[in-house]
Amino acid sequence: MNYEPVIGLEVHAQLLTETKIFCACSTRFGSRPNENTCPVCLGLPGVLPVLNKKVVEYAIRAGLATHCAITRKSVFARKNYFYPDLPKGYQISQYELPICQKGWIEIEVGTQKKRIGITRIHLEEDAGKSLHEHPKTRQHGASWVDLNRAGVALIETVSEPDIRSAEETVAYLKKFRAILVSLGICDGNMEEGSLRCDVNISLRPVGTEKFGTRAELKNMNSFKHIEKALAYEINRQASLLDAGKTITQETRLWNDDLGVTESMRSKEEAFDYRYFPDPDLLPLVVSDTWITEIEKSLPELPDAMRDRLIRDYQLTPYDAAILTGSRDLSRFFEQSVQLYPEAKKVANWIINEFLRLIEGDESRIAGTKITPQHLAKTLQLVDAGTISGSVAKTVLQKIFESGGGPEAVIAREGLAQVSDTGALEAAIAEIIAANPDQVAKYKGGNEKLIGFFVGLVMKKTQGRGNPGLINKLLKDKLG
Amino acid sequence: MFSFSRGKMKLTHEEVKKIARLARLQLTEADLEKYATQLSAVLSYIERLNQLDTANIEPTAHAFLVPTPFREDKVKPYTEQELSLQNAPDREGPFFKVPKVIA
Amino acid sequence: MDLHHQTIHELRNLLDKGEISSEELTQKVLSHIEQTEKQLHAFITITPELALEAAKRFDQSRQAGKKPGALAGIPLGIKDNFLTKGSRTTCGSKILGNYIAPYSGTSTQRLLDAGGVMVGKLNMDEFAMGSSNETSAFGEVHNPWDLELIPGGSSGGSAAAVAAGQCSAATGTDTGGSIRLPAALCNLVGMKPTYGRVSRYGVIAFASSLDQVGPLTKDVTDAALMLQVLAGHDPLDSTSLDVPVPHYAQSLVPDVKGWKIGIPKEYFVAGMDPEVEAAMLQAIKTLEGLGAQCGEVSLPHTDYGVPVYYILATAEASSNLARYDGIRYGYRNKEAKELISLYEKSRTEGFGDEVKRRIMLGTYVLSAGYYDAYYLKAQKARTLIRQDFTQVFKNYDVILTPVSPTAAWKLKEKTGDPLKMYLSDIFTINVNLAGLPGMSLPCGFTQGGLPIGMQLIGDSLQEEKLLRMGYAYEQATEWHKRRPKL
Repeated sequence: MNYEPVIGLEVHAQLLTETKIFCACSTRFGSRPNENTCPVCLGLPGVLPVLNKKVVEYAIRAGLATHCAITRKSVFARKNYFYPDLPKGYQISQYELPICQKGWIEIEVGTQKKRIGITRIHLEEDAGKSLHEHPKTRQHGASWVDLNRAGVALIETVSEPDIRSAEETVAYLKKFRAILVSLGICDGNMEEGSLRCDVNISLRPVGTEKFGTRAELKNMNSFKHIEKALAYEINRQASLLDAGKTITQETRLWNDDLGVTESMRSKEEAFDYRYFPDPDLLPLVVSDTWITEIEKSLPELPDAMRDRLIRDYQLTPYDAAILTGSRDLSRFFEQSVQLYPEAKKVANWIINEFLRLIEGDESRIAGTKITPQHLAKTLQLVDAGTISGSVAKTVLQKIFESGGGPEAVIAREGLAQVSDTGALEAAIAEIIAANPDQVAKYKGGNEKLIGFFVGLVMKKTQGRGNPGLINKLLKDKLG
Repeated sequence: MFSFSRGKMKLTHEEVKKIARLARLQLTEADLEKYATQLSAVLSYIERLNQLDTANIEPTAHAFLVPTPFREDKVKPYTEQELSLQNAPDREGPFFKVPKVIA
Repeated sequence: MDLHHQTIHELRNLLDKGEISSEELTQKVLSHIEQTEKQLHAFITITPELALEAAKRFDQSRQAGKKPGALAGIPLGIKDNFLTKGSRTTCGSKILGNYIAPYSGTSTQRLLDAGGVMVGKLNMDEFAMGSSNETSAFGEVHNPWDLELIPGGSSGGSAAAVAAGQCSAATGTDTGGSIRLPAALCNLVGMKPTYGRVSRYGVIAFASSLDQVGPLTKDVTDAALMLQVLAGHDPLDSTSLDVPVPHYAQSLVPDVKGWKIGIPKEYFVAGMDPEVEAAMLQAIKTLEGLGAQCGEVSLPHTDYGVPVYYILATAEASSNLARYDGIRYGYRNKEAKELISLYEKSRTEGFGDEVKRRIMLGTYVLSAGYYDAYYLKAQKARTLIRQDFTQVFKNYDVILTPVSPTAAWKLKEKTGDPLKMYLSDIFTINVNLAGLPGMSLPCGFTQGGLPIGMQLIGDSLQEEKLLRMGYAYEQATEWHKRRPKL
């Protein structure tokens, strides 16, 4: 049978505040174990939570940027369960009244635009970490608890089950990440766990309305894994359904080594979180004035920026969407265009070359050795005939690898274009002598073969030959 | 006012076991019976709340209605983690140590 | 009178005049503790070295001409659910049997900063869950008025110690009557302030929306003194009220002419000990004699207080006590090889019966499918109970009730029947549910020589009215001057 996947996402994003949500401990990454803790986040007897204002502001930013309604009076609740890295035996979260409700995000897949609904965004505290191997001694047989992360502020964003493919899932997540990053409220780093994603997926026969039983894929920490896991899961569920079997509602984990999703527990513990309003915190009240203030301070968001790039630089929607995938990337583009005003060309170079070099990982932009100045200069050198387009790619590669300006790289690596007629003529003579058949064919009227000869000359000059000059000289010799 | 009916509400051993499990308590068979009886008595007493019409009543979570206060996002260094680690039943260096958590 | 039986304001006078030193006073009190503690068992931990050290410090600073703090040199007992940095803090539980507090709570710190000399940590019902102090993992406390009797709970150690002169005043916590009941049963003044008046930071939580810190003292003047130090906004407690603290000493005026006192008819019905009822009627007469007008009022939802309380308090407690899991602190069963059994064994062995019973009840009322029927219903009933009081305070200054239907009862008398024990708090619980200030003060004795207490209830943040009325009553009576013979 033909099935349609129905997908909804729960995304946890760590907020970029200086301190934790309910205490004044630092959120710095990479501190000594338990260094960023105090009586409050250790859940010692007698402590009480006090809400970080910035956390609320950031959540409101996220809500406004995703067209949510901001709840004027939201409530913190306790989610009760036992786990060694959950110090109080409950997590402070929001349950019945989250801070943001009912919004949407627009995604584009191919040329299709689609709105994915946001059910809610709520505030909560992160848990700590249980290490199952001692980081120094490599010992096993126990667990070691580090509570540095316990109490770091999170927003959990729950989407509507509006997503219908792996492609849409990734598009949604990328767009959401771009929004958070452009708002400056999350660094979007999936590997370090700043952005964590749980995917709910079920299948239903195409054309039907009723949702099937879903599986939850927990802790998906890269786009690649999400794509692979979804492909696997869609297959798995389809085969089960085709065989007349039922899907178990369960939590599954992606095992990247084996390329399969695996059920998290053989016998699922019956969870009963016993949510109730946290009596240590009063209702979170947000005034209209504050919301307006935050709204005014919002930076340009990816959608608006995309529209502006299309309008101001005549970019295609496709290119504009890629370039606004992250704040760093769009900034790189705009700075490059300032220095080299041919926007379309800059866009192509960034999308085809620059992104390839950083392996599509926009979080690497900040640390890369290539600057907008380097890109602009390289393109100018192509225009000036100092290097060819293909050498320009090499130049960028070299800058990426070991730094330095394009001119220095060209000098160091001897990449300047060969426009010396004598040297080129010698190479051409050799090639004509070595390929009598092709020469005959060309002379017989197959003029397309000129490209073949140009290629050989370029190869001989290690790509440094001036392509215009080679063309001219070849035509002379063969003509 | 001091008389109260011992109602019919009666928890089963299964229910008591389930609650104990949620609360991470371990009960012997004798405990089960004791708790079933005692909790049932309290729950029966509590049933008198059902006489109360609360259809249009707002719940009270706190005795007063003011918003939760905010704290500025400023780090306040705390350096006495060692005092807390000293209370740990088992530790290793800066870590709290527990039997292996099966992930 | 013996030094240890004097009030804070009397001792302050002697200290200020230089007639005694803080060290002498502390020595005297410590030796009195030594003499009486075997009979009373009011303390879980006694801290003589700390106390003497602090006392010497205050003597030196007095000699150096520094202005002494409000409590400088006064021996205080601290209930053992208050965190005291560097000292053991057990909350009356085996699960915290060896817990050394890594920090001090706000209220404790305020007392110490005002010059209070902590002589030790006081016995209490485990996690403040009890009305008789019999649930303590460290053994029961005896009532100094009759050692066969309970002192009331949960601040039973606090009440016994102050009444017996083991300290001049003590802190307590009151979730459903835990300050007022033992104060009444031991002939003391017990003040439970408005919810939010005193910080809860550094006090081990039982039921967060009901818990409140307050003093147990020998008279109303001392209550005002202690409250002055304890009260005030704390940025570390989100439920702490950010409003100015009045100068409570100004309320100590013996004049209540024209004040209106509401006597709720629901608190005077069949079942009350006739001696308690007689004492109440006598107190009403005395107050009327001072020019106050007493009138019958109605708090129609009174009867729902106990069920509402035992839903809300146990639900909150079941969650508040989840942190005692044997992972980061507290008792851990060492045999447990895996996590679930570590949790279950540590908690089962670490908590006492009553605590487990309440955790179970609280877990049940919050569990899936029961939340609306119990928790939400109770919160709505709480609204009605609160509205009852609001209604009365439109026309009355204070409400007067008994604290307890009976005087102190025999040890073990109610331990077999939790529900019977729960009903001991029937007159005090609703004050916590409404978040109002309530003060119990001595108003008579039974034929058998046991103290009887009355309760004054005020509107939100009206502690001043309670103090003033209490002070006026105290000036007209002698009950508060009686001390037990030990």
